[in-house]
Amino acid sequence: MVRFKLNGRDVELDIAPDTPLLWAIRDGARETGTKYGCGMAQCGACTVHVNGMPRRSCVTPVSTIEGQSITTIEGVEGPEADAVRAAWEGLDTPQCGYCQSGQIMSAVALLRQVPKPTDDDINNAMAGNICRCATYVRIRRAIKNASETI
Amino acid sequence: MTKLHPHTDFKTNRRDFLAGTAGLVVGASLPLGHRAIAQTEAATTGLNAFVKVAADNTVTVLVKHIEFGQGPLTGLATLVADEMDASWDQIRAETAPADVSTYANAAFGVQGTGGSTAIFSSWEPMRKAGAQAKAMLVAAAAADWGVPAAEISVSNGQISHAGSGKRSGFGAFAEAASGLTPPDAPKMKTAEERTLIGTDLPKLDTAAKTTGAATYGQDVFREGMLVAVVAHAPLFGATVESFDASKALQVKGVRAVKQVPSGVAVYADNTYAAFKGRDALKVAWSDATAERRSTAQIMSEYVSLVEAGPGEAATDQGDAPGGLETATTKVDAIYRFPFLAHTPMEALNGVAEYTDDGAEVWMGSQLQTLDQAVLAQTLGFENPMSVKLNTMFAGGSFGRLATPTSHFAAEIASVLKAQDEKNPVKLVWSREDDVRGGYYRPLTVHKVSAGLDDDGNIVGWDQTIASPSLVKGSSFEALVMPNGGLDPSVYEGAQDPCYGIENFRVTAKMPDSKVPVLWWRSVGHTHTGYVLETMIDELLQKAGKDAVEGRLAMMKDDRARDAAVLRRVAEMADWGRAPAPGHAFGVAVHKSFNSYVAQIAEVSLNGNVPVVHKVWCAVDCGVAVNPNVIAAQMEGGIGFGLGAILFDQITLDDGGKVREANWDSYRMLRIHEMPEVDVAIVESNEAPTGVGEPGTPPIGPAIANAVRQLTGETPRDLPIVKPYTA
Repeated sequence: MVRFKLNGRDVELDIAPDTPLLWAIRDGARETGTKYGCGMAQCGACTVHVNGMPRRSCVTPVSTIEGQSITTIEGVEGPEADAVRAAWEGLDTPQCGYCQSGQIMSAVALLRQVPKPTDDDINNAMAGNICRCATYVRIRRAIKNASETI
Repeated sequence: MTKLHPHTDFKTNRRDFLAGTAGLVVGASLPLGHRAIAQTEAATTGLNAFVKVAADNTVTVLVKHIEFGQGPLTGLATLVADEMDASWDQIRAETAPADVSTYANAAFGVQGTGGSTAIFSSWEPMRKAGAQAKAMLVAAAAADWGVPAAEISVSNGQISHAGSGKRSGFGAFAEAASGLTPPDAPKMKTAEERTLIGTDLPKLDTAAKTTGAATYGQDVFREGMLVAVVAHAPLFGATVESFDASKALQVKGVRAVKQVPSGVAVYADNTYAAFKGRDALKVAWSDATAERRSTAQIMSEYVSLVEAGPGEAATDQGDAPGGLETATTKVDAIYRFPFLAHTPMEALNGVAEYTDDGAEVWMGSQLQTLDQAVLAQTLGFENPMSVKLNTMFAGGSFGRLATPTSHFAAEIASVLKAQDEKNPVKLVWSREDDVRGGYYRPLTVHKVSAGLDDDGNIVGWDQTIASPSLVKGSSFEALVMPNGGLDPSVYEGAQDPCYGIENFRVTAKMPDSKVPVLWWRSVGHTHTGYVLETMIDELLQKAGKDAVEGRLAMMKDDRARDAAVLRRVAEMADWGRAPAPGHAFGVAVHKSFNSYVAQIAEVSLNGNVPVVHKVWCAVDCGVAVNPNVIAAQMEGGIGFGLGAILFDQITLDDGGKVREANWDSYRMLRIHEMPEVDVAIVESNEAPTGVGEPGTPPIGPAIANAVRQLTGETPRDLPIVKPYTA
C-alpha cells in the first residue's frame, strides 16, 4: 500500500512499489492530465510537482514519494499558475495540447523560482519539455507575458 | 464511476471554465463537458447534420475531423457561426460520430482528415449549414411573431424585428425551426458581410488544454478495463514462432498473454504491469520473410536505381537530355533522405469494449471510415456501423494516425477479441513501439542534373526519384492511382515547379519496401521541395544572380501567388542587407496542398551544427479564416521541418533492427533550438486552402541554402547533423 497526497487529497493505492508515479497518478488515482510521452524523462509530458518542485513522474518510483505531496495540472494553483494559464490562453498556445500539462507545470515552477526569467532562464527550465507541435515560440512569449502580470 | 463523454465538448467562456474546474477533474471526464451536456441534453435540437441549437442558446457544431492541434474544431465552427450570425461565446464544437453516409470528406469520399483539406473541403458545406440553420430560425421566428421573414435581422446571436421591437435568442425557436424543411439554397454572405471569418477568434479547445481536462484516447477508462501491450517483432516482416509466457504471468497485475496477428499481447490491471509483463515475456521470432538489410544497404540500392537511368515520367517537357548537352555549367547531385518517424507526443493507443449489439471504440481516428470498417471486420461484424467509433483528441499525428491499412484499428480489435473473457481493453504503445514501429516517411533518393547556358539560364533539368509508394496495396491505391502508374506522393512538388524551365523531366521509380511507409507532414514535398529549392538556389548562385530576384525572374506567368509570397517575405526580412558576421540568410518558396509559402532563415554555425536564429514566413492560403491559427500552423510547421532536417533519421543496423528507440536517440527540436518566427498572411479572396502541412517544406531548403553560404556545400545527405552513420 502506497500513500501520498495528490492535489490535497489523501490517496492510498495497492500497487507495486516500483510503479512510476506517472502510472500511479493515471491508472491508480485516475487523474489523467499528467501525460505519458516517453517513460524515460526525455520529454517532460509527465511533469508534476513533488513538494512544490518539478519532477518527471515517469521515472519516479511511487515508493520514493511515500507520504509526500504531489500536485498535478489539475491541482496547481496560486498566482503563478493563474498567470501562466491566462497567458497560455491569451496566445492560444496549445495545439494538440498533449504536452501542455507538463509545459505548464515546468513554467509555473520556473516563475515561482525566477519571477522575471531571461531567455536563458526559460531555455534552462523548459528544454526538458518537448513539444512536437513546436509551440515553443508561444510558450516563450507566454512565460514572459505571465511574468509581467504576477 | 466516471461517466464518459465520448466526444469533445467545450465552453468558450474561459473565465467560467477556469473557475469551475480547479481541482475537480475526476477520471476521464471533462467536467465542463458534463455541465455542458447537462445544459444541452434537456432540449437540444439538430437543425441539420452539423448544427445543434439548445434551449440555452448554445450552438454546437459537429466537426467531422479529428482535432490534433491543427484547429478544425475552431475553424469549422467559425464557418458555421459566421453564417448564423452567432456570437462566438455561444459556440461549442463536438467531434461528429464516425458515419460515412453523413460525414465523408468531399476530398476523399470517406470520412477522414489529411492533405490539409479540412477547411478547403468544408468551406462551402459548413457555411451552407450555418446559413441553413439561420434561415430556419428566422422562419420560425417570423411565423411566431406574425411578421415577414425578410424584415427579421440576426446579429450576434440575437434574432430581432425592428418594426415590432421583438427580440429573441436562438434557443426559443430551435424546436420550431427543426420542424421546417432546410432550404436547399440559403442566402449566403458576401465576403464583406462576414463578421467572424478572418478574425483571431479564441480557439475552442484551448481552455481544456491548459487544465488537463481535455480527454485523449489515453485518458479513457472503462469499468473492468484491462491494459494491453503487444510485443512486436524486432524486425519488419518477422512473425511469431513461439512464446513462453510463464515469467510474464508471474508479474503482479498481469492477467493473460495471447498471440495476436501483430505479435503477442500482454493484458494487465495497469499500464506499468503490462510493460513489466512484456519485458518478462520470451518470444521466438521467425525472420524468414523479414527485412534484414540495413538502411545503408537500402540507400545504396536506391542510389543504384537512380543512377541506372530514368524511371516512369511524372513530367517530360522539351528535351531535358538534349538541353543538358548544350549547358556550359552543370550541377549533378544525389540527395539522400532518411526514414523519418512522426513520433507524435501521444503514442498510439485506443480503448475497445463489446456492447450488446457490437462494440464501441475510443481512439484518435484520422480515417474513421477505414478504421471503422477494419474494426468491424476484425471483430466479425458485417455492418461497420456495429462499431461505434468515437474520435478522441489526439496528441499530434503529422500523418501517423492516417494509415490506409488501419493496422492500429486492427490491432485494437484483435486484442479485444483474443481474450478468453470480454473485458474492455485499452491498447497502449510505448514510445519504443512508436519509434521502432515503422510507418515512416520513406527513405528516398533523388538524382538531379541541371545545366546553365552562358547567360545563366537553365537549359536542362533531368531528375530521377527512387521512393516507395505510400498507397500501393492499400485501400487508397484505387483512389490515388486509378490507372496504375506512379503514386503522386513520390513526385508531388517536383513535377510542377513555379519556374519556367523549357527542357524539364522528372521521373520516378517505386521500389517495394518491407519497412511500412506513410505520409509524414507535407508528404512528398518534404523531399521534393528540398531538392528543387536547393538546386535552384545553387544554380542562381552559379549564374551570379540574386536568390530572390533570380527566382522571380524565372517564375511562370500563372504563378503570381508564388511570386507574391516570395516578394512579401523578402520585404519582411529586408532581403539584400548584409548578415551579421558568421550569419547567412537562405530563402525558399514552395507551393503544397494549394497553399503558397515562402521562408527566409537566418543561420549561423556552432561547429558543424546549424543554429537557426530567425525565420520570416509569408503564406497565401486564400481567405484566412483564423489568422492566429494560420500563424500557429506556420510556426509549428517550421519547427517540425527544422528538427527533422537538422537531426532526424531512423536507421536499421546490419541485421535490419531499428537503432533508434526513444527520444534520447531520435532527437526532437527543443525550445532553445526554436528560432523566432515572424509570419505574414497575404490577403486573398480565393477559397481557403490548408495550413497544416504547407509550412513545413520550405524550411529545410531555406536552412540548407544559408548553410551553403557558410560552408560552400549544399547538405545533400540528410539529416544535416548525424548521430550515427546510416
